[in-house]
Amino acid sequence: MKRHLISAADLTRDDAVLILDTAEEMARVADRPIKKLPTLRGRTVVNLFFEDSTRTRISFEAAAKRLSADVINFSAKGSSVSKGESLKDTALTLEAMGADAVVIRHGASGAPYRLATSGWIDGAVVNAGDGTHEHPTQALLDAFTMRRRLVGADAGTGRDLDGRRITIVGDVLHSRVARSNVHLLHTLGAEVTLVAPPTLVPIGVEQWPCEVSYDRDSVLPKSDAVMMLRVQRERMNAAFFPTEREYSRRYGLDGDRMARMPEHAIVMHPGPMNRGMEITAQVADSDRCTAVEQVANGVSTRMAVLYLLLGGNESAISPTPARTEESK
Amino acid sequence: MSETTKILLRGAKVLGGEPQDVLIDGETVAEVGSGLSAEGATVVEAEGKILLPGLVDLHTHLREPGREDSETVLTGTKAAAVGGFTAVHAMANTFPVADTAGVVEQVWRLGKESGYCDVQPVGAVTVGLEGKQLAELGAMHDSAAGVKVFSDDGKCVDDAVIMRRALEYVKAFDGVVAQHAQEPRLTEGAQMNEGIVSSELGLGGWPAVAEESIIARDVLLAAHVGSRVHICHLSTAGSVEIVRWAKSKGWNVTAEVTPHHLLLTDELVRTYNPVYKVNPPLRTEADVMALREALADGTIDCVATDHAPHPHEDKDCEWAAAAMGMVGLETALSVVQQTMVDTGLLDWAGVADRMSFRPAAIGRLEGHGRPVSAGEPANLTLVDPAYRGAVDPSGFASRSRNTPYEGRELPGRVTHTWLRGRATVVDGNLA
Amino acid sequence: MDTVNSDAPRPVLEGPDIERVLTRIAHEIVERAKGADDVVLLGIPTRGVFLARRLAARLEQITGRAMPVGSLDITMYRDDLRMRPARALARTEIPGDGIEDRLVVLVDDVLFAGRTIRAALDALGDIGRPRAVQLAVLVDRGHRELPIRADYVGKNLPTSLREAVKVQLSEEDGRDAVLLGLRQTAPAGEQ
Repeated sequence: MKRHLISAADLTRDDAVLILDTAEEMARVADRPIKKLPTLRGRTVVNLFFEDSTRTRISFEAAAKRLSADVINFSAKGSSVSKGESLKDTALTLEAMGADAVVIRHGASGAPYRLATSGWIDGAVVNAGDGTHEHPTQALLDAFTMRRRLVGADAGTGRDLDGRRITIVGDVLHSRVARSNVHLLHTLGAEVTLVAPPTLVPIGVEQWPCEVSYDRDSVLPKSDAVMMLRVQRERMNAAFFPTEREYSRRYGLDGDRMARMPEHAIVMHPGPMNRGMEITAQVADSDRCTAVEQVANGVSTRMAVLYLLLGGNESAISPTPARTEESK
Repeated sequence: MSETTKILLRGAKVLGGEPQDVLIDGETVAEVGSGLSAEGATVVEAEGKILLPGLVDLHTHLREPGREDSETVLTGTKAAAVGGFTAVHAMANTFPVADTAGVVEQVWRLGKESGYCDVQPVGAVTVGLEGKQLAELGAMHDSAAGVKVFSDDGKCVDDAVIMRRALEYVKAFDGVVAQHAQEPRLTEGAQMNEGIVSSELGLGGWPAVAEESIIARDVLLAAHVGSRVHICHLSTAGSVEIVRWAKSKGWNVTAEVTPHHLLLTDELVRTYNPVYKVNPPLRTEADVMALREALADGTIDCVATDHAPHPHEDKDCEWAAAAMGMVGLETALSVVQQTMVDTGLLDWAGVADRMSFRPAAIGRLEGHGRPVSAGEPANLTLVDPAYRGAVDPSGFASRSRNTPYEGRELPGRVTHTWLRGRATVVDGNLA
Repeated sequence: MDTVNSDAPRPVLEGPDIERVLTRIAHEIVERAKGADDVVLLGIPTRGVFLARRLAARLEQITGRAMPVGSLDITMYRDDLRMRPARALARTEIPGDGIEDRLVVLVDDVLFAGRTIRAALDALGDIGRPRAVQLAVLVDRGHRELPIRADYVGKNLPTSLREAVKVQLSEEDGRDAVLLGLRQTAPAGEQ
């Protein structure tokens, strides 16, 4: 039975809560004098990054090292398909090196799924972000952060996010973070609303388990958490919105708008932030903004994922369901 | 290949009708009737089998010259024969592009030499398929290849003026422009049908409107200049509506659909298996149903395979890096049987019309798409409709294996194909 | 016919026995630890934690002082991780003043192979450096696979490897009992 984490949509509610609970225990390890556990001694985790993402890579690296796994960083950027080294050849190399897990970041949506299902490797595959598809560990760390802040670190154990109202604002169309969060938060019982200019909402979104609004100001006062997505300036050139200034005015979050949110509500950002674009410095630096906390929680969450996938002879997370080959 | 001789098909259901005997003598059908004498003839017991006119494909990529690693004229025509085809139109997107008389004659000659299936080259509309400057359409027509169908397939002739000029120009020799309808700006970075599935998979969306807007423009252009336009691999319900409307106006518009668009949907892309990556992309269930209906009522004139061979490495990779296209010659008739005949939408006479008569007529192809009657060329295909079997690409005659049907059970099998009286396929195997 | 099912687990300690045993152990701790003023009790989840809390309550009665009590999850230190599916973690809760230079008394329900205690000693080492570590168990069933012994034993229970010892505590199981029955599956069930 294969064990992978490809999509947040593959996680059951119990899986997700187990990961969050495990992450909570992992977080406690960070408070100890010795922040290392012997659990994955002798296991090899390969960070296979076809895209630059120092933040995500060091987060996975720290997580694996705290669990005593051997970590190999394989930066495949520049040796990608265009240069002739295919995903398959890279995978076969890693297999020969005896990777127990491959943490993969890839610009092509579906690359981790291909890696996990093509028979190229035996190890567990963890999706560290693929194209505009998914970024499940980001969603898990976001959910972990929300549970801690909105339910409580101790009180939250064993619980989900039932009834919490989460708003995700920004470039949903190109965001793997948004896709994973919509699935996971829905699974955890939260009510998700997406807010974006219509150009940045995908066709087909009506089938997602969430609401969509084009009006930030009507949604903010009803939100327990507001997640601001990074908006790349180059989107402007493709006519997704007219100017930076207009985007920021209609969809950004500033101090005044934050003040209209409920007192307990938090502001989240997966980073890196475009200060002045989707978020003002005042909001980014306020104690309601959990961006830095999210980074710390990322290590705990990824420790939990690696432990649950590799810390036994089989995964504690439900296996990735094989997607149907039939058309109906 | 067997020698040309007398062959008696005993008890064949001609176009699905009552069992009859059919006598082939030399290159032609000598007699159709009951109780024909078998004297001096090789007898083929055809009881329970359907006899069709040899199938004609308006849309085949034979890859030669240039990509002989994926297909050659020889392997492609073998695959065509196995699929029951006696004529294929070889698309122009080769290396070099078939945009001169020299290249189309080369392909035409290779076809002659292969002997498995007639090869009618398609000429490029524009030089290098670049969409900028008309290729020498007249020279290609006047060449030995006698080109009558022109297409930049793989690319859309998106410039409205170039398209208009091409439509006008081919009127001089009764040519037709076959348009690959894909508005390029709307499909930048497109990876699959834009809709529910693309939104979930995070793959760049390929909107139906990118196809439909070009078709709408081109039927209007064809009407305006009084020329013929043929729409390649129509894939959406909206495209069907536009073609239906254009035909209702009496405009000279024809259209084709591929077998895979009659059967497969974008749900399959959830596997991220690039074997399902194709241009135009697999669409939705609603589109599939609309295409079947349109093929049944004649809005869509014909089935064309868009047989697009690719080497294994171009599909054994992540979705975005994979090539677009599927092989289709060897499975086309089975897919049409499953989607159109077994569903009751089309009878075998209809299949003969959509896969032989009409494509030959659109391509102005002589000697093919003829009735099964005395005096006609003996281009014939014998089908066992009761056969059931899983598709096994390892046995393909094509050089490539990129079929979306691997392991899928499909009905029907071509048992015999005759090209001008010579058997190219006997008992399901190349003769 | 009237038969006795010899496979059914039979109680070897009942509720009152367990109460009595814990009281005795509490007294022994006070005696051995000379007043127990630097003792920290750490229970090993799940049932060791309940036993540690019960012991702490008794020690508080005896000494009149608050007794630091916590839990020590050893899952990630186990030496058999690769033999079984990944397990959910239990809570590690170290009392506020920590374990540095304290006398840590580990508390578990059953002492068997000794591998749990080895893991617990490793886990402790990552948290701090106690003055000394002692071990209290409700039942010692023998069959050690490591050079480990308990300092406080509720009951020495000679067993065969075919047998299973099951501790039930009201906090988790609704009643207090120690049951001895036949093992259902392969060894390595409880330790």
